[in-house]
Amino acid sequence: MMAGLCRRMLPKSLWLFHTNCGACNGCDIEVIDVLTPYYDVERFGMKLVGSPRHADALVVSGAVSRQVAPALRRLYEATPDPKVVIAVGSCAVGGNIWYDTYNVLGGADAVIPVTVYIPGCPPRPESIVYGAALALGLVPKKVRPQRQEHLPPGFDAERYLAGVGAGVAD
Amino acid sequence: MFKAKFKEAVICFRAGRVTLPYPFEPAEVPAKFRGKIEFDARKCIGCGGCAKVCPPRCIVIEDIGELSRITFHLDRCIQCARCYEVCPEDAIWPTEQFETATPDKSDLKSEMLLWMSTCQRCGRCFETDNAIDRIPTKRWRGRGPGAGAVPGVYPAGPPIELVRPESLVKEEAKR
Repeated sequence: MMAGLCRRMLPKSLWLFHTNCGACNGCDIEVIDVLTPYYDVERFGMKLVGSPRHADALVVSGAVSRQVAPALRRLYEATPDPKVVIAVGSCAVGGNIWYDTYNVLGGADAVIPVTVYIPGCPPRPESIVYGAALALGLVPKKVRPQRQEHLPPGFDAERYLAGVGAGVAD
Repeated sequence: MFKAKFKEAVICFRAGRVTLPYPFEPAEVPAKFRGKIEFDARKCIGCGGCAKVCPPRCIVIEDIGELSRITFHLDRCIQCARCYEVCPEDAIWPTEQFETATPDKSDLKSEMLLWMSTCQRCGRCFETDNAIDRIPTKRWRGRGPGAGAVPGVYPAGPPIELVRPESLVKEEAKR
């Protein structure tokens, strides 16, 4: 629904407000890289703005620390609807190596709803361009959950796991 | 002032176009680029080396009876490729895939189920019964679960062809 709405409402240009919620600056430098002539996202109408009230999209980088969480919440509320939240980097997606640290909430989605996750430490500039295009519904996603098994033939893993859970087998 | 502007214009024209045509053409990654990790359940022996060295602990191993479930939380993977470095069987490796953006976080969680032997003494999973058994087990793992692959029943002939080192062959040719 969000993708369809965005396709209608924001077809021409996406103004980004970039916020650092405890990142190491690696992802921030990649976001700035995207704006340089080399990757030049301004040809798609994307640019950084100085206020969340002017923005269509929030670019969040960094594992959200406890101290910055209320500020991020206020930023999200200040951004006019419809809005897109892009979590850039492994920190904002899943918390990175701080995923279970006491002073970190482990990702932007602990505080605000996130539209697109861009994992990477830091993500490549191309990856960020791809993520922004995905947020606008212009490209298909290319990852899916994988499940591989290496079991003896005829072994029913689902039944075995259910049995172990119920205390029947083993 | 006008002269300076003219000079600037000349410099700008000489610079040419540097913008990469990325979204319209596929981008090339540099050599030794570490992207999304891939794994092969048929090669994995479940030793847990990758889970031990993973800095964000994105590889989690659970022993469930005779099964070993290895979960990859790729959302917090930092693509350091240390798992690739320690893996003795090359069952996990980084690919050149960098377009991993997704609107659904569960796309970044993969898992692998392995059947393991159980230690008679402590009851924990481990790769196989002993070092001698490991040789045919490895062969069975190489073929993977299929119609003819029954655990404990191994083909009579050696399926592994022995290849002589290249340097020796060259020396023989010289003689």
